[in-house]
Amino acid sequence: MRAYLGVDVGSVSTKLVVIDDAMNILSSIYTSTAGQPIRTVQDGLKAVEGEIGNKAEISGVGVTGSGREIASIIVGADVVKNEITSHAVAASYLVPDTRTILEIGGQDSKIIIMRNGIVVDFAMNTVCAAGTGSFLDHQAQRLGIPIEEFGGLALKADNPVRIAGRCSVFAESDMIHKQQLGHSTENIIAGLCEALVRNYLNNVGKGKEIKSKIVFQGGVAANIGIKAAFEQALDQEIIVPEHYKIMGAIGVALLARDHFKKHEKTRFKGFAASGFAYQPKSFECKSCSNLCEIIQIYQDGSLAARWGGRCGKWDTL
Amino acid sequence: MKITFPHMGTSPIAFRMLIEKLGHQAVMPKRPSEKTLSLGSHYAPEFACLPFKILLGTYLEALEEGAEMVITSGGLGPCRAGYYAVLHDKILKDLGYHIDFVVLEPPQKRAVDFLKKLKKITSGNSMSVVWEALSTTWTKIKVLDEIESMTYEIRPFEVNKNETTKIFEECLKIIDAAWTKEQILSSKGKCLELLNSIPVDAARNPLKVGIIGEIYVVLEPAANFDIQRVLGEMGVIARRSIYLLDWTKDNTFFKGEEHIKHAAKPYLNQMVGGHGTLSVGNTVLYSREGYDGVIQLAPFACIPEIVSKSILNKVTKDLDIPLLTLFLDEQTGKAGINTRLEAFVDLMYSKRRLKQGVVV
Repeated sequence: MRAYLGVDVGSVSTKLVVIDDAMNILSSIYTSTAGQPIRTVQDGLKAVEGEIGNKAEISGVGVTGSGREIASIIVGADVVKNEITSHAVAASYLVPDTRTILEIGGQDSKIIIMRNGIVVDFAMNTVCAAGTGSFLDHQAQRLGIPIEEFGGLALKADNPVRIAGRCSVFAESDMIHKQQLGHSTENIIAGLCEALVRNYLNNVGKGKEIKSKIVFQGGVAANIGIKAAFEQALDQEIIVPEHYKIMGAIGVALLARDHFKKHEKTRFKGFAASGFAYQPKSFECKSCSNLCEIIQIYQDGSLAARWGGRCGKWDTL
Repeated sequence: MKITFPHMGTSPIAFRMLIEKLGHQAVMPKRPSEKTLSLGSHYAPEFACLPFKILLGTYLEALEEGAEMVITSGGLGPCRAGYYAVLHDKILKDLGYHIDFVVLEPPQKRAVDFLKKLKKITSGNSMSVVWEALSTTWTKIKVLDEIESMTYEIRPFEVNKNETTKIFEECLKIIDAAWTKEQILSSKGKCLELLNSIPVDAARNPLKVGIIGEIYVVLEPAANFDIQRVLGEMGVIARRSIYLLDWTKDNTFFKGEEHIKHAAKPYLNQMVGGHGTLSVGNTVLYSREGYDGVIQLAPFACIPEIVSKSILNKVTKDLDIPLLTLFLDEQTGKAGINTRLEAFVDLMYSKRRLKQGVVV
């Protein structure tokens, strides 16, 4: 059986997924990137191998996410795609007639506007992480609540408190203040969810026409409190697809499938790649005043990839 | 006297010649690097915008090399950049530097002031020397702009990656060495020959994008992740709306901006400072000329561009032209910008395919 591997290396989590021609999910791995993309991808590859074994033959590989360059070297990718396109591909495939995608991940959040099946506009958060998963994680920790229970508690609120959501520093001090006044944890959590949604709609979603169907995906979509806050703010139904956590990986796996149909070959290095010794090294190029940071990736001692230069000097290995 | 000036694209090559022709020594501003930005951010007010910080860093680097005078431009209207030189001057004096700041304001508004300041730089030279220096500089800027803009047309077609960039660097050296009008014009011929010798794949049908926004971040590749080159390497013809010569023309004796302001009129009929009105007008013009999209470059917290961004929402909807706004600040990581550019290119391609009736 033919199968296609999608790898999404995000800032906080790494996702691997294997689909077949009929879009059945044969394997899916969700793991923490922990600042070590190479190790994480290799471990993920091993886990995928354990799940699918010899059942399927990987005929195409796609990589996405902020760590896509490095991932493409490790696994040998046919498609290297940005996460906006990947998320849009998955959503429009799994939820036909999607017109808005709300995506909130660990470090970034984005909105994608689609019409007639194509992306017509998008935006990503630029300078602030107030509206993202890391912020929620941090606040859950501060309140001593496991992040998994966070959303459920928000739904139990009877009177959500208003929390300043513009900036995570403002939000945090506002939240502490409200705690000290004696508000219940449920009301504070619901207030935080509303603040995050307000911040998202005012920043990332500013000036965008949010029409249904609205799909909410990314790690934060697990949070039913945020989903409820979106529904309240937009007064529209919000769809959280079954595979909301791994949509980027699914999207790029679909693109890898298209790639195979066109070219009938793959650059996949095989599952053995999980055992290769990859070592990154970097240096500052002093040939001109640009002082580029050149990064070199060695595979079992020999140079496998190099990037970071502005001119072409370091392009050839 | 040792004179320095801001680093803006390729213009230092021309200004060096001007200063040397007038009998001074030019301290070449360095291409802004991370070090420049660190220096500038350290001494600038935290809330100042990116151009302010880069320029301050550039001046500090030039001072280390012995610069005694800075020549820069001022500006009128509600963009705070018009006041930046005054603040730069004050910060540098507070740091203990003895430096002469010559701020040239648009001459049609303050002619006497302009001539007085010009005299500071030209004194000791005969009128004919000054005229020759100025007009040769004008020619040099014109040639630099022409050659640079050609690279953005050729790069998307180049067969061998990076070749256009390499040839362009060679061209800059050739133009830099030309010192008279005749030499400059013949250097232009030589450059055209080199550029035309680049092997191209004429069968490609690249996307066409217009770059709009605040003048400094549009003109200085070091401040905008070299966006025109990067787009070219992605196979996109990226033309920008502002060239130094346009600005000089518009703010001296000519009025080349009128048709852009006219195009902006249905959406924005008053001055919002900086290049805000032009960003709106140019988007209208780009859409009329069939461009596939527009990219707006703005320093983070730039009020004129924030105003125009809000208005552009309506413009792009009315005219059905995609827009990507990039706010630039101290981030130096390229990954974020590349992700947005790649996604924007994907967006424009699928829009084009849809228009041509191809099912995606």
